[in-house]
Amino acid sequence: MNLKRVYADFKVYRREYLRNRLGLFFALAFPVIFILLFGAIFSGAGSSSVAVYVQNLDANSNVSAAFIQSLNSTGVLNVKVVDISGNLSNYLLSHSLSNGIVIPRGFASDYENGKSVNVTVYTDPADSTSGIVLGAVSGVINGFNLKRVGASPVVGLNSATVNAHSTKYIDFLVPGLIGFSILTSPMFSMVNVTAEYKKFKRFKQLSLTPLTKGEWLVSKVIWYTILSFAAFVLMVFFGTAVFGANLRLSLIIIPFLIAGPTLFISLGMLVGIVTKSIESAGVIGNIITFPMMFLSGTFFPISTMPHFLQLVARFLPLYYVIAGLNDVMVFSNISTAYYNLAVTVAIAAVIFVLAARLFKWKEK
Amino acid sequence: MASAIIVDGLEKSYGTKKAVNCISFNVNQGEIFSLLGPNGAGKTTTVEILEGLRERDAGRIEVLGMDPWRQGYELHKRIGVIPQGFSFFDKQKPVEAIQYYAELFGVKVSAQKILEKVILEEAADTVFEDLSGGQRQKLGLALALVNDPEVLFLDEPTTGLDPQARRNLWNVIQGLKEGGRTVLLTTHYLEEAELLADKVAIMNHGEIMTSGTPEEIVSKYGSGKKIVIKGGEGVYSAIVRSGISGAFRNDNGEVSVPVRDRRDIISLVTSIESAGVTWGDIRTEEDSLEDVFVKLVGGTMDEGELRSKGVREGNSP
Ligand SMILES: Nc1ncnc2c1ncn2[C@@H]1O[C@H](COP(=O)(O)OP(=O)(O)O)[C@@H](O)[C@H]1O
Ligand SMILES: [Mg+2]
Repeated sequence: MNLKRVYADFKVYRREYLRNRLGLFFALAFPVIFILLFGAIFSGAGSSSVAVYVQNLDANSNVSAAFIQSLNSTGVLNVKVVDISGNLSNYLLSHSLSNGIVIPRGFASDYENGKSVNVTVYTDPADSTSGIVLGAVSGVINGFNLKRVGASPVVGLNSATVNAHSTKYIDFLVPGLIGFSILTSPMFSMVNVTAEYKKFKRFKQLSLTPLTKGEWLVSKVIWYTILSFAAFVLMVFFGTAVFGANLRLSLIIIPFLIAGPTLFISLGMLVGIVTKSIESAGVIGNIITFPMMFLSGTFFPISTMPHFLQLVARFLPLYYVIAGLNDVMVFSNISTAYYNLAVTVAIAAVIFVLAARLFKWKEK
Repeated sequence: MASAIIVDGLEKSYGTKKAVNCISFNVNQGEIFSLLGPNGAGKTTTVEILEGLRERDAGRIEVLGMDPWRQGYELHKRIGVIPQGFSFFDKQKPVEAIQYYAELFGVKVSAQKILEKVILEEAADTVFEDLSGGQRQKLGLALALVNDPEVLFLDEPTTGLDPQARRNLWNVIQGLKEGGRTVLLTTHYLEEAELLADKVAIMNHGEIMTSGTPEEIVSKYGSGKKIVIKGGEGVYSAIVRSGISGAFRNDNGEVSVPVRDRRDIISLVTSIESAGVTWGDIRTEEDSLEDVFVKLVGGTMDEGELRSKGVREGNSP
């Protein structure tokens, strides 16, 4: 390995890449556009309160006011009192809202007289928040019942989230889009580069110089590693500065930013090598890249996907890169990060060896 | 003189297709040697084997005393190549390309000087995709020269260029010889081989039909000198009656007669004169390399380009 030759080849590749602009767009501009777009669209998600629309037919009573107050102080519900004369369920329907509560007329007097009275809760079973609403409302009702008979609760509740801090969508989006860049920029260009070099006999031509196959490969690994670091810095910057993402950084991220690009350089080369034309290489490349792009936790956390797709994801190399980055940056779970790193490195090694084997400078 | 390239009984097949069928030739140091043949003759295959890019099936070859397939890495430092259909990275300028090659070879060169040598200074800062066809080939030549090679392989360097660009490149190639370099040039332009090469090997269907200097080839396979006389039936019968053999009447009212000796001309003219027939212009003619090529390859010439008739009909000399 002659580092001067690696550097000479690196300079030419970098120049070609920067002057082409398209590659740079995929590697850096695309993820930035995505983080701004998705970050803005979903910035509300992840905050844990659920909007509930309350129609109070027992207005001006202390009890109904206290009931609403209690709903609010659960912290899970974001209570919005609507002042309408008509039917609440029609109102919800016509405004595309899922959750509503009707406090009936005479609620206060029935409560004080110990007469049974029902609060009506509207939920949409198809909406994942319905359970939260039902649970929170029945909790409040329980409290009121206990108070009415003068009892105090025996079993209390200490609330805590699984994480030390609560995670938001943007926290997942940052590692996801770093993964996106690690996947797409080497894949799209290496598929093309390999097929094109083959067609225009560039590999043959290079084999007439002292540059070796290994040196050529290393220069590509260096370039895409630099791009993945750049994508990392950009995503972390926009994530935290614009959307207040809460991320942890650790040195163990670095091997992901090297092994990841190496994996997808090799995979891209493999596609370019085994296909017959530039066109078919592009098609096969897309068939591999696109599902991986959507199913590996790039735009949405894997845990929000159906069970079946979560299983599929485990067969996609990008899954381990993003899972590992999530382990470090979102969950601070270094031991599982090591596991995901090991899987990433193992896949990268296998594909790298395969590509390097099949990749011929010369023909027989 | 020492041989820079030795080829002895070289064979190469692609599957069942025999691309090179037991060819032999030698190229002396400092010589421009041309493999001349139509498309599909096996020129590129031969050249790529000599460059160490392809493995041969059989035969002995040596380039600068080395086996190209096994000692390719060493050999490549001492040869320069323009592959057929040379292309480079779209966004690189000739200066940058030369610098790249210099760094790969670990040599210090003046890009400017090399560009001057191939007459490409005016395009030094034009990216490859914006270069003309002729300029691209000149860049190929420039890159082939970076490591100051002893042997140059130029595979169809002028194919696809317009006549002016081609002539321009010929000047450059002629200049290379001055440095004492050995050049192996493949072409399907007869004119190119005739003009540039010290020795020519005519190749077709994987075989070398003949080789030597253009003059040697013409004198070996050409029909020799002929006298062509304008005149009709009368002239023809006068010649036949006088006992001179080999006379031939062309369609265009000319009679051609092969001559072996200058004195044949005198006896010929005397016999026509004494027969009292009218005759017009008289001139001598000789086969060109083109005539020989057509004879050997059974091909045609098309705008200066050699074309083989039918690809699979066996053409043995
Ligand atoms: N890689 C290859 N695979 C199969 N056949 C080939 C290959 N390269 C060349 N050929 C065939 O071998 C013959 C000689 O080709 P080539 O050496 O390129 O001739 P030339 O350079 O004189 O045009 C042709 O019939 C061509 O089709
Ligand atoms: Mg050829």
